[in-house]
Amino acid sequence: MLKDVSRRQFLGTAGAGVAGTAIGAFGFDGAGEALAASIRPFKLEGTTETRNTCPYCSVGCGVILYSKGADKAAGKKGQLVHLEGDPDHPTNKGTLCPKGSALLDFVKAETRTKEPMVRKPGSNKWEPISWDAALDRIARLMKDDRDANFIAKNKDGATVNRWISTGFLAASATTNETAWATYKVVRSAGMLVFDNQARV
Amino acid sequence: MTNSWQDIKNTDLVLIMGGNAAEAHPCGFKWVTEAKANRGAKLIVVDPRYTRSASVADYYAPIRQGTDIAFLLGVINYLIKNDKVQWEYTKNYTNAAFIVKEGFGYSDGLFSGYDESKRDYDRSSWDYEYDEQGFAKVDTTLENPRCVWNLLKAHVAQYTPEMVERICGTPKDAFLKVAQMISETSAPDKVMTSMYALGWTQHSKGSQNIRCMAMLQLILGNMGMMGGGMNALRGHSNIQGLTDLGLMSNLIPGYLTLPNERESDIDTYMKTRGFKELRPNQVSFWRNYRKFFVSFQKAMWGDNARADNQWGYDFLPKMDVPSYDVLRAFEMMHQGKMNGYFCQGFNPLMSFPNKNKIKAALGKLKFLVVMDPLKTETARFWENHGEFNQSDPAKVQTEVFELPTTCFAEDEGSLTNSSRWLQWHWAGADAPGQAKTDVWIMSQLYKRLKALYEKEGGAYPDAIKALTWNYKDPNEPSPEELAREFNGYVVADVPDPADPSKMLLTKGKQMVAFAALRDDGTTACGNWIYCGSFTEAGNMMARRDNKDPSGLGVHQNWAFAWPANRRILYNRASADVSGKAWDPKRSPIAWDGTKWSGPDIPDIAPTAKPETVMPFIMTNEGVGRLFVHKLMKDGPFPVHYEPFESPVPNLVASKVRGNPAARVFKGDMEQFGDAKEFPFAATTYRLTEHFHYWSKHNAVNAVMQPELFVEISEQLAELRGIKKGDWVRVDSNRGYIKAKAVVTKRIKPLICDGKPVHVVGIPIHWGFMGATKKGFGANVLSPFVGDANIETPEFKAFLVDIKPTTPPTDAPATS
Amino acid sequence: MATLEIARQSATRGGITGALPLKDTFEVAKLIDVSKCIGCKACQTACLEWNDLRETVGVNVGVYDNPHDLTENSWTLMRYTEWDNPETGRLEWLIRKDGCMHCADPGCLKACPSPGAIVQYTNGIVDFQKDACIGCGYCVKGCPFNIPRISKATEKAYKCTLCVDRVSVGQGPACAKACPTQAISFGTKAQMKDLAQKRIKDLTSRGYKNAGLYDPPGVGGTHVMYVLHHADKPQVYASLPGNDVKISPVVELWKGVTKYAGMGLIAFAAVAGAVHHLIVGANRVTEHDEQEGKKTLDGKIKESA
Repeated sequence: MLKDVSRRQFLGTAGAGVAGTAIGAFGFDGAGEALAASIRPFKLEGTTETRNTCPYCSVGCGVILYSKGADKAAGKKGQLVHLEGDPDHPTNKGTLCPKGSALLDFVKAETRTKEPMVRKPGSNKWEPISWDAALDRIARLMKDDRDANFIAKNKDGATVNRWISTGFLAASATTNETAWATYKVVRSAGMLVFDNQARV
Repeated sequence: MTNSWQDIKNTDLVLIMGGNAAEAHPCGFKWVTEAKANRGAKLIVVDPRYTRSASVADYYAPIRQGTDIAFLLGVINYLIKNDKVQWEYTKNYTNAAFIVKEGFGYSDGLFSGYDESKRDYDRSSWDYEYDEQGFAKVDTTLENPRCVWNLLKAHVAQYTPEMVERICGTPKDAFLKVAQMISETSAPDKVMTSMYALGWTQHSKGSQNIRCMAMLQLILGNMGMMGGGMNALRGHSNIQGLTDLGLMSNLIPGYLTLPNERESDIDTYMKTRGFKELRPNQVSFWRNYRKFFVSFQKAMWGDNARADNQWGYDFLPKMDVPSYDVLRAFEMMHQGKMNGYFCQGFNPLMSFPNKNKIKAALGKLKFLVVMDPLKTETARFWENHGEFNQSDPAKVQTEVFELPTTCFAEDEGSLTNSSRWLQWHWAGADAPGQAKTDVWIMSQLYKRLKALYEKEGGAYPDAIKALTWNYKDPNEPSPEELAREFNGYVVADVPDPADPSKMLLTKGKQMVAFAALRDDGTTACGNWIYCGSFTEAGNMMARRDNKDPSGLGVHQNWAFAWPANRRILYNRASADVSGKAWDPKRSPIAWDGTKWSGPDIPDIAPTAKPETVMPFIMTNEGVGRLFVHKLMKDGPFPVHYEPFESPVPNLVASKVRGNPAARVFKGDMEQFGDAKEFPFAATTYRLTEHFHYWSKHNAVNAVMQPELFVEISEQLAELRGIKKGDWVRVDSNRGYIKAKAVVTKRIKPLICDGKPVHVVGIPIHWGFMGATKKGFGANVLSPFVGDANIETPEFKAFLVDIKPTTPPTDAPATS
Repeated sequence: MATLEIARQSATRGGITGALPLKDTFEVAKLIDVSKCIGCKACQTACLEWNDLRETVGVNVGVYDNPHDLTENSWTLMRYTEWDNPETGRLEWLIRKDGCMHCADPGCLKACPSPGAIVQYTNGIVDFQKDACIGCGYCVKGCPFNIPRISKATEKAYKCTLCVDRVSVGQGPACAKACPTQAISFGTKAQMKDLAQKRIKDLTSRGYKNAGLYDPPGVGGTHVMYVLHHADKPQVYASLPGNDVKISPVVELWKGVTKYAGMGLIAFAAVAGAVHHLIVGANRVTEHDEQEGKKTLDGKIKESA
């Protein structure tokens, strides 16, 4: 009933403070307990905590991911519902900057990529493509270019085994393990046009 | 960083110059506020703008962008003139006493050996005098006029406070105040830390900016000290790791280099990489190069790397140019010399200089593959977004793939932060839609390419076939498997020569430390500096013991720091020649009579006696270099060169435009603008509310800084009739952007050689994708030229004009 | 689920005069050290994330302040001031985190006409209870710091809760936890005052001879306090009210109104209100309401004066 009393009734009839007293007289002063209970329940209850590292700058702040719906047996990690600084971390000690504090909205960004897409030459639109079709096509493009342009020996006859008509830009936030796998694949193909985001 | 983030709490003075840590690394900057609050440390900020770092500084001094070397050489000159030198350190731990050979010289901005037609030097005269045994000659009295110290003294003499003011626009009293504060840390028990970032690297003389500060820190005796060091604040969460792992055109993991095409065999390759000691009794750690290289080859090619095929030497591609860095890549692409390009978590359309050139270059590719968790502009370079990205898709023949990837929350593995810590993380969310890990994608591409070569044959399939890929699931190796591989493992038993019944190394075990790596094929190690990160004791990167018994922020059992879990590089230099700590209250290691002990891992053999081996074992001199023999492309000492686009002439080298040894491609020189048409000095930078071109996709960060703006002084606003919040158009010789105007007192005209220079500040974060208002990329404006040594683009200093304008127009919405 | 004890609540008998005292041992405070603040806005994003609030993407109007003002979703905001210090001749960039001060003597609570819509816990936190809020805007007028904002969509008032849901389970507010430089601290009020003294000493040693604590007595002190380098001039920090800030006399007089009014009239008013609602439903707040309400209130104040 309390919430049903609108402003006009207070102000238009007897005056605000007056009405307040009136409500009290009507036996609402027991409202205290109810109000305390109306504090929003702590929203991290029942979440799964996972240790992670902020992907932005190089401070390497520890973060804790809070997820719901994790199912170990099914190999499901669930959905991220919140993220905070890791208080045990010696560098950030639980703090996070304005980007780190808002990482949930990076993970949940509307503009996340969710399915492989292709844009054909001259087209003005994206079309969905299956992973298999995309990877087969890319491997074919790679091989055709490599076969046509691979340099096994230079003009002096020295073995150089390089492929410089296709290049690879590596990331800046992938893991070391990803980087190592990437290095192996790129170098074994003989690619030299290879760089990362160290400079920009 | 030579030190670590929390080590900053141990400092007496923080110099933030060439960076803006409060803005770009807020949680690391915390340690500056700790040092201030708990040690009474002081903070100096030197920057063209009064930044967020400056807002909490004890002293702020303005400087014109691109003039840091003049400022720092001015400080060195001040130290020498006022005898504020850590003499014992400088004499023993630097090459001050080394004698430079006859024939070396410098005049009018150029060192001996310059060839203008090549824009390059013959560096043979930049060297020491050697004795009969091949050791460098020294004069410990520092009297020889050709000893490094005297050459340095002469070199810096022209950078007087008056000259600094004329070049940098820093008022003389402000410069003197900063120099005086810095000079106090020449006391053996006082330290300064240098925190810098892209404000120093993104110049055509970026490497020399940093070198100049390193020289200063050596003279002050601040290297290797707790609370000291050269602290490069890396820009991205794992750019340290990707560089450590050699994902650059000319690198092999652990800062080894690929062979060039003149090095036809492994012995020729090793000739220039042996790094023989230049002084008696020194340790040149690069003596172990061959062990690291052979172990790397074993990790790559397994049994296919054998003694009889030079450990698979031919499997590696050979370089014909110094580097295929991104500027060269896009130059080649622009010339139509490239057909395919992959972007893994990278958005070059926005990130690289001269966006219009980048866009044109991408349009000349046959195929472009973008793997990213976000919908990037690069994948959409062909889309028409009106003034934000003009395009006619029908004319763009590039086939573009956009492959969805996981992000940090959905994958597992390690990232290497600026403190050189490899920190493991775990997945806490499922990948959205069909997104896959990059490891899965790379594995699939490899699998398919290999299958095609097996089926069809083709150009040199040998290396592709020879690559090791022995994983439980070849479709997606696990992070642990990959980590174990770069840590290294024993390939074959190595018996103990003293007792053949015992094994030094046992086949199949994880390597414990790089010191045990071998060049006989018995050990494999993907990255020698990461050796020790995943041992038989387990995953050291996943360690989470945050105890810090010394209270000095060492945290020895938290994660793993390369190399060898060492937290402060060059820590041997924190003690005097006899091994006694310069400051016992904050000492990483000291000689206890029998060995080096302390909270950190010694950067020297633990039993190497003091007064023999000098601290800088990664140089073949054993000491820090005030003079660099041959290794820098653009000079053994730094020189003040103006940016390629500068509003003023060079006062110390009037005939030289830009860095004389910087590479400039044909066509790009013509695209440099001059001050008559583009009178104002522009610089680009980050804001704390955003991260690069990612966080604009974030609905919360988009609120914090919703729209592209540029910052100008009240004086420039008045000059151009611009009011706060107006739309302005900023032009360089390469294009234009439109942005909102922030008119601020935090930027003031700098008086350089008597004339005002107006600064235009341009934050980088906007584009035509994401949650913010659409915006132009700052790099429409920036010039296509890089640092002479490592080709970092000159984003920090170029010329523009600015005037009021109308709002930009987007492309009409398509239904 | 821990609960907090309520000291007093709006428009409730015993509420304004204080049914329970604030408990010294228990009284919490947030200390905002302006001299350590780098204006990074981590507090702003942490607040949005913790409280599941999202804000509209705005435009740049030539300043760093975004959003441009507090809103029903943005309960805290960095306010930036470029100030030429006349004494030193040097520029200072003063950055103040604005938001609810959680006054010991809260003007909003005193002004609020809706029983229980604003409560103060014994630890000092002043909290809005949206179920009881009628969106009248009197809290806005009662607040000497201009903090509460009314949502057009929900017709309720909103402001910082001092993360009462975190505090009640023993955690600090989301903004204090996030703050990279620990410019925001949280603890008991006594601890925060001690910390402030340490900071003031440091600032004094660096030449800020007027460094001091902002804990204005006119509102009984606050549970959000500032360390200011120029405590003698709070106004330079984006118009922070002076140290003599007080609750508006209009609101103070209000208390008299309740004493003046007779019980019979009051009972009638409340019943009529309830009946009215049953027939027409809750009213929207209009400009007309605002004016009418003001007139009524002014009338009452005159009567009581």
